[in-house]
Amino acid sequence: MILWWIGDLLLLVVVLPVVVYLLKGVLDAARSIVPSVRRIAAAAQAGSKDLDAVPLLLTTQAHVKTTVEVVANYGGSLDVIIDDAS
Amino acid sequence: MPAPGVVLIAAVLLIVLALVYYLVSTILALRQVTAGLDEAISGVVEIIEKSAPVAEVVQDINANLDAGVGLLEGLLVKKAGLADSMGLIEGLYPGAAAEGLRNFPDSGAITPPRISEVYTKGTLTLARLGREAPIAAASPNGPVLRNVEGGSLDARSLYPEVRQTRPEKLSRSPVIGTDAPVQYEPSEQRGGTTPDEAELREKGQWAETAAEGIVPAELGGSDAPPELLAEDPQLGSSALGETTGSEEPATERGIDPNAGDEADATTDGGPEPPEEGAEPDLKDAAATSRQVDADDRS
Repeated sequence: MILWWIGDLLLLVVVLPVVVYLLKGVLDAARSIVPSVRRIAAAAQAGSKDLDAVPLLLTTQAHVKTTVEVVANYGGSLDVIIDDAS
Repeated sequence: MPAPGVVLIAAVLLIVLALVYYLVSTILALRQVTAGLDEAISGVVEIIEKSAPVAEVVQDINANLDAGVGLLEGLLVKKAGLADSMGLIEGLYPGAAAEGLRNFPDSGAITPPRISEVYTKGTLTLARLGREAPIAAASPNGPVLRNVEGGSLDARSLYPEVRQTRPEKLSRSPVIGTDAPVQYEPSEQRGGTTPDEAELREKGQWAETAAEGIVPAELGGSDAPPELLAEDPQLGSSALGETTGSEEPATERGIDPNAGDEADATTDGGPEPPEEGAEPDLKDAAATSRQVDADDRS
């Protein structure tokens, strides 16, 4: 009978608090991840929105190409109208 | 059931309840994490998709810009020489010559001449043309074309152009008239007399045109030999007229010489006027003087 009581006491005083402590730790860790994940998602969406201007690079590419062509023509004309240094 | 058995069952039940509460709470938290990660992953996928062509486009832009830089560097060195090029770059962008030209590794070691103090025609021309180019709009001093002091006005004064020196008096245009350094003697006469100096002084400047004469015969004037004239001159003597070459009056009676130097063909020439009181006839209309002239004489 005494062993029964000792077993009950251990169950209530040791096992139950340990189980509760461990489960609470897991729950706290899981809950702490949630705000971090939400911040990551918000940052990813903001980063994606910042890249909306990427298609403008195609316009920049075309302008640069046109500008270099104009510069090439300009340089070609200068090459004709200006004497060489040597 | 003994009392220890009841307590044991209660303890186990408490443990199970604790497990259920915390595990369910953990499951809910992990589901929120999963939802957040899904949202984050979709954002990251968008980033990857949007940034995928960036590398290719930027590489193409850089290749074009490199070609432009190489072209301009090559042209500058070809036209101005490497040393003057570095001086020109240093003059336009102070400190830039130390970095050197990309396609000329030795250019960084050159001590750039002070182009801003010693100009040569070639470098000045290149500087002026370069400053007007759109690529110079990125100058740290701003667009040069809107800067009068930095523009090409000062450069113009270095060229041997008389007007650039803003002289007070320029040489005059060719002079015509009696004071002209080159005089052409008139070789033909198209009516009237060629005015001499006295007549020119009396009649004034308008008569100088006749003194200059018309086109000399040796230069193909209308009285030039037939071989110098065109096959079909537009105007001949019948159109231009000519003098009689004699002092004979052109009319039958001529001008009344009794009037002397004051003779006037309108009052002192023509037929005799009819007698006073005679019946007027139409044929005598030309012989009468105007009432105004009659009043003037009286």
